[in-house]
Amino acid sequence: MAVTEQQRIAYIASQAADARVNVELQTEEMTLNLGPQHPATHGTLRIVARLDGEQVVKADVVCGYMHRGYEKLTEVRTYPQITTLINRIDWLSSFANEVPFILAAEDLMEVEAPPRAQWIRTLFFELSRIANVTLFIGEMGVQLGALTPVFFAFRDREYVLNLIESATGGRFHPNFDRIGGIKDDLPKGWIAETKDAMRRIRGYCDQLEDLLMGNEIFEARTRGVGVIPAEVGLSYGLSGANIRASGVDWDLRRDAPSPLAWKELDWKVWTHPDGDSFARYWVRLQETREATKMVDQLLEGLPSGPIQAKVPRIIKVPAGEAWAHTENPLGEMGYYIVSQGGLGPMRCKIRSASFHNISIVPWLLKGVYVPDIITILASLYFILGDIDR
Amino acid sequence: MLALQLPYWEITLIKTVIVLSIIPAGAVILGYVFLLKMMAHMQSRMGPMEPGGFHGWFQLIGDGIKFIQKEDIIPSEADRRVFALAPLVVLISTFLLYVVVPAGPRLVVENLDVGIFYALAVSSLGVIGVLMAGWASANKYSLLGSLRAAGQLIAYELPLVLAVVGVVIQADTMSLQGIVHAQANGSIFGVSLVGNPFILTQIVGFGIFLAAAQAELTQTPFDMPVAESELVAGYMTEYSGFRFLFFFMAEFGTAFALSAIAATLYLGGWYQPFFKTGVMADVLGPVILGIKVMFIAFLIFWIRFTFPRFREDQLQTFAWKFLIPLSLVNIMATAVFKVVL
Amino acid sequence: MPTIPTEERNRALLEDLTSKLGDAVVGSHQRTGDLWVRVRADAWLRAAEELKSMGFDYLSYLSGIDWMPHTWPNPKVVEGPGVVDTEEGADEADASPPEAAEPDEPDEPAPGGGITTGFAGGDTRFQVLARLYSTTRKLGVTLKADLDGETPHIQTWTDVFPGADWCERETWEMYGFVFDGHPNLSHLYLPGEFEGFPLRKDFPLLAREVKPWPGLVDVEPMPAVAEAAGAADEAATTEPAPA
Repeated sequence: MAVTEQQRIAYIASQAADARVNVELQTEEMTLNLGPQHPATHGTLRIVARLDGEQVVKADVVCGYMHRGYEKLTEVRTYPQITTLINRIDWLSSFANEVPFILAAEDLMEVEAPPRAQWIRTLFFELSRIANVTLFIGEMGVQLGALTPVFFAFRDREYVLNLIESATGGRFHPNFDRIGGIKDDLPKGWIAETKDAMRRIRGYCDQLEDLLMGNEIFEARTRGVGVIPAEVGLSYGLSGANIRASGVDWDLRRDAPSPLAWKELDWKVWTHPDGDSFARYWVRLQETREATKMVDQLLEGLPSGPIQAKVPRIIKVPAGEAWAHTENPLGEMGYYIVSQGGLGPMRCKIRSASFHNISIVPWLLKGVYVPDIITILASLYFILGDIDR
Repeated sequence: MLALQLPYWEITLIKTVIVLSIIPAGAVILGYVFLLKMMAHMQSRMGPMEPGGFHGWFQLIGDGIKFIQKEDIIPSEADRRVFALAPLVVLISTFLLYVVVPAGPRLVVENLDVGIFYALAVSSLGVIGVLMAGWASANKYSLLGSLRAAGQLIAYELPLVLAVVGVVIQADTMSLQGIVHAQANGSIFGVSLVGNPFILTQIVGFGIFLAAAQAELTQTPFDMPVAESELVAGYMTEYSGFRFLFFFMAEFGTAFALSAIAATLYLGGWYQPFFKTGVMADVLGPVILGIKVMFIAFLIFWIRFTFPRFREDQLQTFAWKFLIPLSLVNIMATAVFKVVL
Repeated sequence: MPTIPTEERNRALLEDLTSKLGDAVVGSHQRTGDLWVRVRADAWLRAAEELKSMGFDYLSYLSGIDWMPHTWPNPKVVEGPGVVDTEEGADEADASPPEAAEPDEPDEPAPGGGITTGFAGGDTRFQVLARLYSTTRKLGVTLKADLDGETPHIQTWTDVFPGADWCERETWEMYGFVFDGHPNLSHLYLPGEFEGFPLRKDFPLLAREVKPWPGLVDVEPMPAVAEAAGAADEAATTEPAPA
């Protein structure tokens, strides 16, 4: 696109304004544009920051570069087709996106998936949590300058992705959940491989705890940076590890009624009182380890039986409204389905976690240094597909 | 230099050619071994394997050729002359560093009496080049990067100099050849097998020198100016093609030179206890120096790949409130021991 | 985990809310542990404040809903050549409610009629929808309020729940609801010059206008599988595989 003369003049004027220094050494503010193409913003997020030197005076978040219009698209699709679509909201933990939608639809149809299906759903849910958060743990290092942990993340995540692929056919977008159960049963030898992979992930978590969390520079960069008080976080809609790191003891796996198998496992909810970036990182690391233990328990106690309840071939969900939410790796994800008896929903509101997690960023970034912007964004951990749907 | 009696201008020409060829060679060797291969293996991957056949040794040379033939892009708002000069300024400061580094008893471009003083003075010329690059790029990221660099490089000059002062006190001379001889002729508690490398007595100074060298090279944990995840490439953002090649060569050339200086100051330089004089010393000298350089470069790059980076204010705090007082204490201790012992 | 069943706690919550808001509560519904409450539009902000004081500190989402039927072709079942329809499928296709209209005649939204609303009632085309949750009491409530069909206005929640800022911006740009008192009602997702409100049912989904929905064309099975499985296609049950 050619630059018009007016734009050139405006740019030169703004540069001149930025470069002017007052006699009393009061500097002018500079507008820095982080993104939409930027290594730190996990995708196409744009932050327009007004800087005074290296401190942020005001920050605006511009999202929507990846808006695909999911809520409109769900109105013209049938329920099984929507499952394929919503895989791609939070693409690192795709299976976890399908689950609340399927649960809401099953709620309206008053269909219950058999226990084996519920356990396998929980299994894949936790596996997708591991796949998602291991990447975050490594990649927070990259945002801070430590180049190495992210390679370990990719290396160890491969095992989990291979497991998901061998069972469902897709590494990233399994499209495995169906109304009434799941698509296929587990392949032979899968359980032993998963146990192996969980051992590896635990080793990776230990390695990262030594390498990154024990590092003084990491602590100096993350402690006290981006503190979110619990009430502020909750009123902004923060959920998941972000709010647990501010001390709120709330985990939907434990606190919300759900047909999935979490209540039958023995696990712990991790919280941290500080609410800074270090706390968010710490909580996620512990949660990943906890997820591997949950996967082990799930593998031990997997019940046998059918994996799909009897549902009609062409699914029509009876009229009504249903809300189902789960504790996704990024936070609380929920679907509000309004059905009027058709093949597809009349309205499907997708409540995605990162949208609300990022809404706190303009408030959070006031008075923060430029490098801390990166730390805060990295610790809040969002996926663009989740923000922009 | 050798038994030949060449006229001065011919000797100078030969020396210039040698230095001019050492810089890319050193940069390529350091870059390939540490940046490509060692980093890769530490990160559980292989690094280049294809170019040239055996473990991709040709990778960086191929990169150099690629850079040279690229289009020369200068942003339209940039200050053209300053933009073009900036990489050259940094490169020149690198070249000038090699003038005093001795590679053998008779292998030094110019054995200045103020060798180390000259080296430190000249290495700080690079700051001007960085500032020029950031300002002339007409890009806010570059500006931020170069201002950070200016603050950082100037702040870390001081620990660098003060750490060296300890060595100078111990060696009684500022000329690098003299320092090597001081280490060669010294002895550890009477045992003069390997001479007296100053790393033993100046271990604190060695640490400070390495930290300050890391900062001078804008390597992580001090790579705020080139914070890849924030400023994309800092002051180098707008540079592409052969101008970027100059920056790259300057960075790794300086790494090589500073490692060589560290090896000379602390590890004994080209000295090995077997052939102290003669042609064999001149032949083995560069080899031994090369090995010591690789060791120190290994340390520098190892820390680079492991640590996250400091924030700018933490960086400055580290320099002013920690390294400088520590190096002052080091000088005092060295001076006291020099007089007492 | 609370020992009192959720239905009872929801009932208690509803009573509490009704006592605080009085006649502003115009409808409610409970189903499988969830509570829907419809309030009058002018009590929207008051409802939020009351709920926040009752411990509902978490804003899950705030959005809108357009009850008008679709104006573009709906998904439907097409009788293709290889289709074997089950009894349930055939029945459903015949007895479809009026909202799943035939593709050739888009419904006219008759004012006050022809629109079916959902739980907790409602008689307007537009409704604003929000969900609040209490992390201490582990209870959630879905709030609804009717909005005027022509110029939908409602009070903003940003003073009570700052997270509503983005939610309301998105609802405004998708539906056109104006939130009175919102500091910065501007586009969040859509580019600045976008005209129209995409999630309204009369905003066409261009992909469907260009190429109408082909319908749920039943996919023919692979030839070998079709012969082996035979014509008797059961409802989709798979045999339990050996663990």
